[in-house]
Amino acid sequence: MNIVVLIKQVPDTWSERKLSDGDKTLDRASSDAVLDEINERAVEEALKIKEAGDAEVTILTAGPDRATDAIRKALSMGADKAVHVNDEAIHGSDAIATAKVLAKAIGTVGDVDLVLAGNEATDGRSGAMAGMLGELLGWPSLTHANELTVENGTAKAKRETDEGTSDLEASLPAVVSVGEKINEPRYPSFKGIMAAKKKPVTTLGIADLGLDASEVGLAGSLVQVDSFAPRPPKSGGQKVEDEGDGGAKIAEYLVGQKLI
Amino acid sequence: MAEVLVLVDHVDGEIKKNTYEMLTAARRIGEPSAVVVGTPGTATKLAEGLAAHGAEKIYVAESDDTVNYLSTPQVDVLASLVERVSPPAVLIPAGADGREVAGRLAVRTNSGWLNDLVDIDGDRAGTHSIFGGAFTVQSRATTDTAIVSWRSGSLEVEENAAAGTQETVEVPATDAAKSAKVSNRAPIVGGDRPELTEASVVVAGGRGVGSADNFNVVEGLADSLHAAVGASRAAVDSGYYPNQFQVGQTGKTVSPQLYIALGISGAIQHRAGMQTSKTIVAVNKDPEAPIFEIADFGIVGDLFSVAPQLTEEVGKRA
Ligand SMILES: Cc1cc2nc3c(=O)[nH]c(=O)nc-3n(C[C@H](O)[C@H](O)[C@H](O)COP(=O)(O)OP(=O)(O)OC[C@H]3O[C@@H](n4cnc5c(N)ncnc54)[C@H](O)[C@@H]3O)c2cc1C
Ligand SMILES: Nc1ncnc2c1ncn2[C@@H]1O[C@H](COP(=O)(O)O)[C@@H](O)[C@H]1O
Repeated sequence: MNIVVLIKQVPDTWSERKLSDGDKTLDRASSDAVLDEINERAVEEALKIKEAGDAEVTILTAGPDRATDAIRKALSMGADKAVHVNDEAIHGSDAIATAKVLAKAIGTVGDVDLVLAGNEATDGRSGAMAGMLGELLGWPSLTHANELTVENGTAKAKRETDEGTSDLEASLPAVVSVGEKINEPRYPSFKGIMAAKKKPVTTLGIADLGLDASEVGLAGSLVQVDSFAPRPPKSGGQKVEDEGDGGAKIAEYLVGQKLI
Repeated sequence: MAEVLVLVDHVDGEIKKNTYEMLTAARRIGEPSAVVVGTPGTATKLAEGLAAHGAEKIYVAESDDTVNYLSTPQVDVLASLVERVSPPAVLIPAGADGREVAGRLAVRTNSGWLNDLVDIDGDRAGTHSIFGGAFTVQSRATTDTAIVSWRSGSLEVEENAAAGTQETVEVPATDAAKSAKVSNRAPIVGGDRPELTEASVVVAGGRGVGSADNFNVVEGLADSLHAAVGASRAAVDSGYYPNQFQVGQTGKTVSPQLYIALGISGAIQHRAGMQTSKTIVAVNKDPEAPIFEIADFGIVGDLFSVAPQLTEEVGKRA
């Protein structure tokens, strides 16, 4: 089975995230970048399928030079190879333009059976990449999977969102997005880290994908950002030690604020 | 006036409040048309509420397929309506299901997608609140139709009597090779407490609550304030409280009048989901807990003595 896992490098949620003044895009240089936690789970799920049977796992990302760190991490977990779409022109792509790039890039991997993605990235939170890719590729999308089985050309998933649960089923090829509860991702072993250094990474530009610069990046986006403003940071107010009357003190405060 | 489409959010024959927010927002841009996608008989139950909140038209797209496939029926129905009426905007709830419909619809109709809006004006300029409210961003779609995902709880609902004229539209047959089949659908039913993203008061518990049983301390305070209950990821991961109540970066974003955090340290990822709350009250044993950096009022103390006392004080004033 031929599996593609979509990974995204995101600003570390532990560091402060900023937007750049120039073109109002995410300022990726201002914070640490990490492989998004949800994508580690997508990689883990692909590796489980590989270990249960036979599969080749290709990591795919669209991102700048330093996304190679995220790729190495995924390879050191045990994926076989990677495709890195890296092109200045992609900078500033909206969700739809990104989906177009990824759909074309999936096409370079051969006859793909299964695409695995995170259900929602911690930075953009579009939360619809799997659905958009399904739409572009003409494949079914099984989203927010907290359990996945792939057998006899069929994917079955247990879907869980804030709105409810359900069972999903579709024929391959298909796109699956994984949820936070699907698995616990493994840590790369020392052997895995060493092996990853030798695994092939193909770097592609948008011309290699048959895309034109006007179709991607800020130019190809159908949404335009007019302005942005940081919210003034909230500062702490009163802090008091409980002396047996903490609950009453809060009640007094809430009365003062006309909240009760 | 141009028709603005609103995808009706409904569960078990009831309209979700978010739908009324979207109808209210749609009226700024044009004439709201509600789109009901559901099993046969659904629209009859919803029509009155939709008309009372400004729906001039109600498109009724009913078939059993609508619950048997994931998001495709909604996308198919909306895509054919977009082609027919060329709306300046299509408003769709920003929950997990809605965002999937919106993203797919934007791809299918080649329209700009404004995701997770908290406001929109008559010229279709949208406002997003990102990174947990740290930034406000204004954006617009450059296409004739804007696909808008609407974050619930962002707007005061206005009533506005309208015609609510019903028109049946076809649900195209779903191509099973391109869609996921759905079975055993189990929507989460709210219970008696207000919904987390819509509540004006939220009482949340963290790892400090210590166990699932102890969450009754959180629930007791919540009930005295008619509040929703929330939880940190640590509390959810430890099995103290169900997943759908998680507040934070990978959970829900809430912005109530009052947020009370009990036994929550206030990690940046938790704050990302609640720091735009109007008033924040925190109870934590640790005076150095980061939650105090953003709390308007903080008590350094044991939540098991402070919270029950507060519940009692609130009860006295009720
Ligand atoms: C990618 C990513 C996404 C994440 N998303 C989320 C998210 O959506 N939501 C979220 O909440 N977290 C999220 N986290 C986790 C986050 O980093 C914290 O681990 C989590 O918020 C901690 O929860 P907590 O405050 O309940 O637990 P802790 O940090 O363990 O804090 C417990 C607090 O309770 C206090 N306490 C203990 N006993 C008592 C008592 N009897 N009375 C009073 N106080 C007491 C302690 O002093 C302590 O401050 C995410 C992390 C990552 C990496
Ligand atoms: N630039 C990208 N490169 C590779 N995968 C991506 C990219 N953007 C999004 N994805 C995938 O889509 C998922 C959901 O992302 P998002 O739609 O941004 O919430 C992520 O977890 C990734 O699996």
